[in-house]
Amino acid sequence: MKQAKNDIIVSLRDIFVEFDGEVILNHINLDIRDKEFVTILGPSGCGKTTTLRIIGGFLEPGSGDVYFDGEKINGLPPHKRNVNTVFQKYSLFPHLNVFENIAFGMRIKKLPKDEIKKRVKEMLAIVDLKGYEKRSVAKLSGGQQQRVAIARALVCDPKVLLLDEPLGALDLKLRKTMQWELKQIQQKTNTTFIYVTHDQEEALTMSDTVVVMNNGIIEQIGSPTDVYNEPVNAFVADFIGEANIINAVMIDDCRVRVLGEELECVDKGFGQNTPVDIVIRPEDIEVVPPEQAKLVGEVKDVVFKGVHYEMTVMCKNCEWIIHSTECSPVGSKIGMKIIPFNIQIMNKMFPHPYNQFVCEVVYADEENNSVTVTLEDSKFDIEGFCYPAGTKLKVTLPPQALSIAGDGVGDIDDVYIESVIFKGEHNEIILESDEQKWIMHSDVDEQVATYVPLKFDFSKAHIEPVEEES
Amino acid sequence: MRLRRPSIPYIIWMVVFTLVPIVLILFYALTDRSGSFSVEAFTKAVGYSDVFLRSIWIAFISTLICLVIAYPMGYIMSRQKRSVQNFLTMIIMIPMWMNFLLRIYAWVTLLQNRGPIDTMLSIFGIHTQLIGNQGAVILGMVYEYLPFMILPLYTVMSKIDTRLIEAAGDLGANKFGVMRKVVFPLSIPGIISGITMVFVPTASTFLVAQYLGGTNDIMIGDVIDKIFWSDHNTGSAIALILMVAILIFLVILNFFGDEEAIAA
Repeated sequence: MKQAKNDIIVSLRDIFVEFDGEVILNHINLDIRDKEFVTILGPSGCGKTTTLRIIGGFLEPGSGDVYFDGEKINGLPPHKRNVNTVFQKYSLFPHLNVFENIAFGMRIKKLPKDEIKKRVKEMLAIVDLKGYEKRSVAKLSGGQQQRVAIARALVCDPKVLLLDEPLGALDLKLRKTMQWELKQIQQKTNTTFIYVTHDQEEALTMSDTVVVMNNGIIEQIGSPTDVYNEPVNAFVADFIGEANIINAVMIDDCRVRVLGEELECVDKGFGQNTPVDIVIRPEDIEVVPPEQAKLVGEVKDVVFKGVHYEMTVMCKNCEWIIHSTECSPVGSKIGMKIIPFNIQIMNKMFPHPYNQFVCEVVYADEENNSVTVTLEDSKFDIEGFCYPAGTKLKVTLPPQALSIAGDGVGDIDDVYIESVIFKGEHNEIILESDEQKWIMHSDVDEQVATYVPLKFDFSKAHIEPVEEES
Repeated sequence: MRLRRPSIPYIIWMVVFTLVPIVLILFYALTDRSGSFSVEAFTKAVGYSDVFLRSIWIAFISTLICLVIAYPMGYIMSRQKRSVQNFLTMIIMIPMWMNFLLRIYAWVTLLQNRGPIDTMLSIFGIHTQLIGNQGAVILGMVYEYLPFMILPLYTVMSKIDTRLIEAAGDLGANKFGVMRKVVFPLSIPGIISGITMVFVPTASTFLVAQYLGGTNDIMIGDVIDKIFWSDHNTGSAIALILMVAILIFLVILNFFGDEEAIAA
């Protein structure tokens, strides 16, 4: 217990944040170990910057506790926390030169002039900006401004350095250099870095621990190899690296049925005949002659990527991506051999393969044989039958019966797109309305974290009245 | 050449309505009644030096009070939500929709003997003269010109990135430190334009002092107003001295501003 307390530097307990009725962080728990390089990774709008702002003290959580070095620091203003931040757009002081920007924190602490001078000089050497003391910050390049921002934060000798997408504004080449430099600086200064990014490659390159977030919750915490090789669900698998994510059924322990073929795997404990998602990385599929593999497909497209060929293979209506150093010509039949260890089994993100809701009839139109029902403050018509007003209807809709209204008027408006995952045949989209989640299949690449109007096709629905319990 | 042509109407305007009047004032100031060269007008103008200095002093105090009130106000405004900011800007602008004289009359009514404020104070046994003194003039000036101080300050401050304020807090600055080391240096252009917009008109204004000060020789503007019709030459000389004084003041002020700009 004592050991654990010493090891954990920042600890978030049951943090909940809401803005204007919208949940930003949904009861998250996070422990960050001392002297680690931790990356919080997620798409925009997932709550990663909010998490950082809570640690920095710029935002108070609606509920939940923040611990720093074992002490509760809720309500402590930023200037009293032993944490410094490198802001997204650097936020250097435009009225001060490089020296004064870096010296800012020490001037506040009223350190002696000689010491300030010495420490700024040391810091400039660490960030590779020797001789830049007198320059105006406005005249520096993006990368140089970035390094001044890092120096300004690090010179205060924080226990934890927070970095909010600090490389976002830099070009690719500079970003690569800075990634390496940041890791060097972190090791040289022996400081805990909490780094927020939406760039999965950045996260894998630099981190000791990766925290994958989506839609206000933490999906997975682990080392870069863990989150890459053993993603907990389709979202993590899709977000980190390239992946073939396929619907499958877990027949029993170590036996999974994929596209009608039974394959061997190593995962256990999913029960019997459970629908699951499986992920297979493109480099884990071995191309063999068709007769040597259970899964056989036809090569549709080959792209040379330098180190490997990227092949698109159609296997039973399902699109697979394979990375291989040997090229198979377009049109050829190949066998896809996957060793059991490389099949990662994951629980479905959506509990059922269909949508279900209960709505109430508010108006019955006997003439046209249709009813008007209400659901979550929206009203819409269902045709083809008639029940008296007040009847409760249980509606079951397959994923194919949902669509995004092209004309902008849906049966339910402002539904949030939580995730879009390509499943080989179609995109599997999970949406969230005020009271429930929805699953939808679509051939279109919808934009996550946007609000859309949702339309239902009731001809594909199964509808039955609910027996009132008396 | 192509650039210059559209500016011709403005140049004509400037010549007719700015340059010519200044030359005329210069001419009147340096001549006597008969039109021959004389410094008599200036000698007479020196007789009003006490009024002149008092005007500058009242303008200085009014400007200072405006700054002290407007600075926090501008800062608080600039940190509100967009909609609140627009609402507050409108609230500040609304009094300016009313006629300037009416607003001063309103103050006269409020401050006069047995007026509402006087009556209320006398209930508590306080009997003072609220109107007809420098205090009332300064009150009127501050009331009239406060929006001209708030708006430039607010404009400059609303351009200060909130993240700079957060960054200063992050680096250990408390609220006072943030103000002193970040907000203040970045708001200097607003302070300068606010001071200019308040000091210049308050130094040369008239009528406010006549109504609230109870006499028409408290402010130099009123003196010019009073004597100009009977004595063009002295009036012009005083106006010229006032112009030069304000010009010197502005040059000094902008010099401070420039120095800050150099430091940045």
